[in-house]
Amino acid sequence: MNYSIILYILGWVLNLQGVFMLPPCLVGLIYKEYHDALVYVIISVCCTVVGILLRRMKSKNSTFYAREGFVAVALSWIILSMTGAIPFVLNGDIPSYVDALFEIISGYTTTGSSILTNVEGLSHANLFFRSFSHWIGGMGVLVFILAILPMTGGSTMNLLKAESPGPSVGKLVPKMRQTAFILYTIYFVMTIITIIFLLFGGMPLFESICHAFGAAGTGGFGIKNDSIASYSPYLQTVLTVSMFLFGVNFTFFYYILIRRVKDAFKMEEVRWYVGIYVMAVILLMSNLLYHGYAFGESLLHVTFQVASIMTTTGYATTDFNLWPEFSRGLMVCLMFIGACAGSTGGGIKVSRIMIYLKQVGKELMQQIHPRRVHVLKMDGKEIPHATAHSCNVLLMTYVVVFIASYLLISLDGFDTTTNFTAIAATLNNIGPGLNMVGATGNFSAFSNFSKFVLMFDMLAGRLEIIPMVLLFYPSTWKK
Amino acid sequence: MKIIIVGCGKVGYALCQQLNDEGHDITLIDKNADRLQPVVDNLDIQVMTGNGTSFLVQQEAGIENTDLLIAVTNEDEINLITCLIAKKAGNNCRTIARVRNPQYFNEIEYLKAAIGISSSINPEYAAAHEIARLIQVPDAIDIDSFARGRVDLLRIAIPENSPYDNMKVFEFSKKFNREVLICILEHEHEISIPNGSSILHAGDTISVILPRKKIASFCNALQMSAVRDIKNVMIAGGGTTAYYLAEILAKSGISVKLIEKDRDRSRFLSLGLPKAQIINADATVHENLLEEGLPQMDAFVALTTQDETNIFLSLYADKVAPKCKKITKISKMAQDEIIEELPIGSIISARNTTTEYILKYVRSLTNSYGSNVEALYRLMDNQVEALEFHVKETGPVTGTPLFELQLKSNLLICCIVRGKQIITPSGRDTIELGDTVIVVTTNKGLQDISDILAE
Repeated sequence: MNYSIILYILGWVLNLQGVFMLPPCLVGLIYKEYHDALVYVIISVCCTVVGILLRRMKSKNSTFYAREGFVAVALSWIILSMTGAIPFVLNGDIPSYVDALFEIISGYTTTGSSILTNVEGLSHANLFFRSFSHWIGGMGVLVFILAILPMTGGSTMNLLKAESPGPSVGKLVPKMRQTAFILYTIYFVMTIITIIFLLFGGMPLFESICHAFGAAGTGGFGIKNDSIASYSPYLQTVLTVSMFLFGVNFTFFYYILIRRVKDAFKMEEVRWYVGIYVMAVILLMSNLLYHGYAFGESLLHVTFQVASIMTTTGYATTDFNLWPEFSRGLMVCLMFIGACAGSTGGGIKVSRIMIYLKQVGKELMQQIHPRRVHVLKMDGKEIPHATAHSCNVLLMTYVVVFIASYLLISLDGFDTTTNFTAIAATLNNIGPGLNMVGATGNFSAFSNFSKFVLMFDMLAGRLEIIPMVLLFYPSTWKK
Repeated sequence: MKIIIVGCGKVGYALCQQLNDEGHDITLIDKNADRLQPVVDNLDIQVMTGNGTSFLVQQEAGIENTDLLIAVTNEDEINLITCLIAKKAGNNCRTIARVRNPQYFNEIEYLKAAIGISSSINPEYAAAHEIARLIQVPDAIDIDSFARGRVDLLRIAIPENSPYDNMKVFEFSKKFNREVLICILEHEHEISIPNGSSILHAGDTISVILPRKKIASFCNALQMSAVRDIKNVMIAGGGTTAYYLAEILAKSGISVKLIEKDRDRSRFLSLGLPKAQIINADATVHENLLEEGLPQMDAFVALTTQDETNIFLSLYADKVAPKCKKITKISKMAQDEIIEELPIGSIISARNTTTEYILKYVRSLTNSYGSNVEALYRLMDNQVEALEFHVKETGPVTGTPLFELQLKSNLLICCIVRGKQIITPSGRDTIELGDTVIVVTTNKGLQDISDILAE
């Protein structure tokens, strides 16, 4: 293990964290929250100094293998969270460090689960930093480092692989830096457009920015106690569309940018994504109408809620906890599917679900026609065996982590639905679950131990399980 | 520059590595996904699985905006068609095809015109040429030529008990009337660009630049093993390289003995090479080599298909004929210290010759205006580059005496070719418009003659 290169990368991460602390500081100054602003400045300076010191220690050996990639990514996210939690404690908004850590991990991993009972009591600077962390975490920190850092020597692909969601990582253009640059440009422009549309509907600038960040990173931290429910139908629709688009594979937007529109709409994953969305809306609408809900209002809520859960954002316009049992069940199913690979969303990812279903289909076919040759395909190309295999292993690991976490938090003695959906909501980076952790509830009742389990789940979910699990795997650390 | 490379073999991989290091945008296409995997893991380039000959695949790889397509698959026909399609599909895309079939290669000028290939490379032919040059210029371990063959870069080891042991570089230079310039000094695997006060030791390897005409007198003056004209050459292994080599050597009146194991191949060689003696025997059997008079040979070239066999053949040749000049073909193994320490003479690899040729082409494309890299050699396991620039316009380097120029460290101007004159530069010389300048440096990525100046 090449520790020095990992420290070097962590140094860069801390430097970035120093930069990330500046916008909330600015917000604090604007809203005359001078104490908060000062806290952000002090932490920013500390992060920058420590970061520079770590970077100074760079050794000559810049070899970088898969192992270093995974460990660097996992540790980067942990260190971001640990430093990011400090302002909440020092500002007095979240006195307990464990709670603050939970909140910021929930922010960076774009989960949106909260331990706060009264969000509106937070200062503007803290509210902004919470939402801003979604925006940063959505695209990934190391991808950003790759975009600015000249690291041609080692195999930097390992960093991208460890941080980017999805079964296989493709570059849009030959150079990694350019790819990262294109992705960030798309992300940035789409966020700005969302902000403009929200402003157009009469939402104040501060709220527009926070909500756009939440939607872009598919995070879901609201700045109101009732999330999005009190906004106009126009604003809710804007956020529906915005969340939906941020859940699409970014390759789709790149194809459209370079005028390969045909290829864009041929993308199998995007078609499945739209298909699942439409199916879910139809099923939910029929169920709600059957139970006597009003059509217009239900359509608004259902389209919003499905987009919110499927893209793993977690905004709420209504408490779907109170919906009929079938609808509740369907929402939980959607939590597991998640958004497209290569988007900012979490979950298992549509493309993996496709690969699983295709494998099941193939296996069934094989039983009936044992000699039939059947090749798994996606977008007209063969799915390499290694890809399918790693997807299967990921699912197994996912299930193991899920069950273990479920058992561990059951120790707190809450009901099964709460525990099950709490894990589903954190491991898939969604935010709200059902019952106690539903859209109107929060995670504050859990013990500190359970909170640590849930924090691990959030990080594991964001980094696609393997990097986090590897941290606890002894041979990772052996020479 | 945007480059598409079709075919991920040894040459394809080496090209990706080198061109990526020089900052080009590379897309690599190969049919076999397994072969692409190590590339994806190690290099920052884009890969595509597919048939590079297909128009659609080329379009997906972005042939419209591509500056250069290099086709280096195993099949000549595929390479040629790939280039043909790239020429039609791309916007003024240049193409390089690897063509190794001797028949096509003989017709290459026609093919170039008909298909519109910009350049072609025959690895075996290039390697054979390299070997022939090594044979014709004795005693040099390695030789590369510049200025269209008028100036050579020789790599020679200083023998034990040589009068030049412990001599300073400027004294050495004085002995040769300042006509010989030492540009690279390798002392116990430390490679440096020497200055006047560096000290030479026995066992060091030096690289010197000098006009071809003076090579023989230089070698004599160095009192190395007596210079002999090479008249008899033995080649082990009758592959394509051997065929080309025998042809070239026979043309210059050298008698060639070629040992080939396969009977049919021997007959084919005998038919195509009437001047050479083709021996149908197994070269790995030492008696066969002795019977054919290996100890009396002036040069021995090991060209079988296996690196290991070649190394052992050369080691054996070193034992039975220590004075014989040995050349060993290595294709798979890396040319590292271990191999270079063995007494197996000069090492030739078709992969390196091909890669160097294409790199040279890419560099001159990149610099199609102003000054120009005319030739590029990577020496000493890629640690040193020797570059030839043609000065096409006046600039900061022209007209100023060299001692006034602030040159980069580890950089040496070795030779200035002005018209028919070959100048071994001293501080008072100047670079003028129209000169060809040869520079040796450990700084990589020099693009222009003005890059020799320190920033």
